[in-house]
Amino acid sequence: MNAHVALFLRDVRLALRVGGGAWMGVLFFLIVVALVPFAVGPDSGLLRRIGPAILWLGALLASLLTLDQLFADDREDGSLDLILMGSAPLQLAILAKALAHWLTAGLPLVIAAPLLGIFFNIDLLSMAAVALTLLVGTPALTFLGLIGAALAAALRRGGLLVPVMILPLTIPVLIFGVAASNAAIVGPVPFGTPFTILCALSLAGLVIGPIAAAAALRHAD
Amino acid sequence: MAIADLANPSRFLTVAQPVLPWLAAISALALVLGISQSFAAPDDYQQGAAVKIMFLHVPSAWLAMFCWGLMSIAALGTLVWRHPLADVAGKAAAPIGAAFTLLCLITGSLWGRPIWGTYWQWGDARLTSVFILFLLYLGVIALWRTVEDPSRAGRAAAILTLVGAINLPIIKFSVDWWNTLHQPASVFRLGGPTIHPAILIPLLIMACALTLLFFTLHLAAMRNEILRRRVRTLQIMQAQKTAE
Repeated sequence: MNAHVALFLRDVRLALRVGGGAWMGVLFFLIVVALVPFAVGPDSGLLRRIGPAILWLGALLASLLTLDQLFADDREDGSLDLILMGSAPLQLAILAKALAHWLTAGLPLVIAAPLLGIFFNIDLLSMAAVALTLLVGTPALTFLGLIGAALAAALRRGGLLVPVMILPLTIPVLIFGVAASNAAIVGPVPFGTPFTILCALSLAGLVIGPIAAAAALRHAD
Repeated sequence: MAIADLANPSRFLTVAQPVLPWLAAISALALVLGISQSFAAPDDYQQGAAVKIMFLHVPSAWLAMFCWGLMSIAALGTLVWRHPLADVAGKAAAPIGAAFTLLCLITGSLWGRPIWGTYWQWGDARLTSVFILFLLYLGVIALWRTVEDPSRAGRAAAILTLVGAINLPIIKFSVDWWNTLHQPASVFRLGGPTIHPAILIPLLIMACALTLLFFTLHLAAMRNEILRRRVRTLQIMQAQKTAE
């Protein structure tokens, strides 16, 4: 079996098995999204208007939470050293880990988002639009978060460092994700314009994320 | 004397020591000249005297971007050429760049109130990307303060700096790609500047003056950082000695 496929399957199995990393992300997503009506008030018109934005914000924060531990666990049990010493290119190994993370942490958010849309009284078309933009945008969040996770991998008391570093870089993803959702719901901008830029951000992240994360891990000692 | 000769921190300190007072004096003179020229410049026919905020706002914006560019070159020096003082240069530049970015945002906001009618506009591409630049500066400073070992912190900060450098062309071309609130380029554009020389000259003088100020502060900060690391090494050696 290919080394990268093996790494990918290992990460998927670990995420699904240990401590519920995947489920914790979805649970956090649910709680954050549920907090908003308490804070904003019960005005259903307002909630319907801000619904897509809140779902995107919740997905952003939930994926950041699960990204922290991406490399820290491997560093602690020594498997990160084995991956670094391997003959396979480090960038591809990190890409395998990133894809496993997206599958177990990002994709559940995408599936949960339309269900949580019910909190906000969003109609079916809007829920489908938000889910589609999340499907295309959450890979960008994973790839950008890789960079922060790799930079902070060796820190024990990193705390909020990873979100502080990564959130400014994810602002464009958030802007275009919400713009695409709103374009599908109310227009006047055609849905394709922000959506294709969102796709471009994910593809750019696919290249930049693993390269920067590999550099960060190589230079960490 | 090549950059390679200044790689030795002690030699850098001996070169920087006499240069610094002269640099500070020239910066002060240039600032006096720039500020006096700014006050002497004519009022704009539309904006009146409010246009003079530009003499502080535009050079601050240029320096905010220039500083991140400088940090990016320093980052390449750390990662690619392993120059010993490259990470010192990057660490010293970050707070100065953050200060210029904040100055740019505040002066721009104060200028926008009488001219645009609003202090801020969230949908505007340039305002958003400069705000993101400010957050990136804070992120790099946070990274420096979180990693204990200076050389490891330097390499991590270098990577974050290079990743954040993608924001610079976005800021520059944001007013060309999106047409929202902030006005398009008036100085650095194909076809030359569109500003009248009576206002362009004081602007360029202020830009030179603030650039000299930036280099003065940067040089002083680099000196401080080298001395700070020496103190840290001495403290570690002291602790090792008392532990024996």
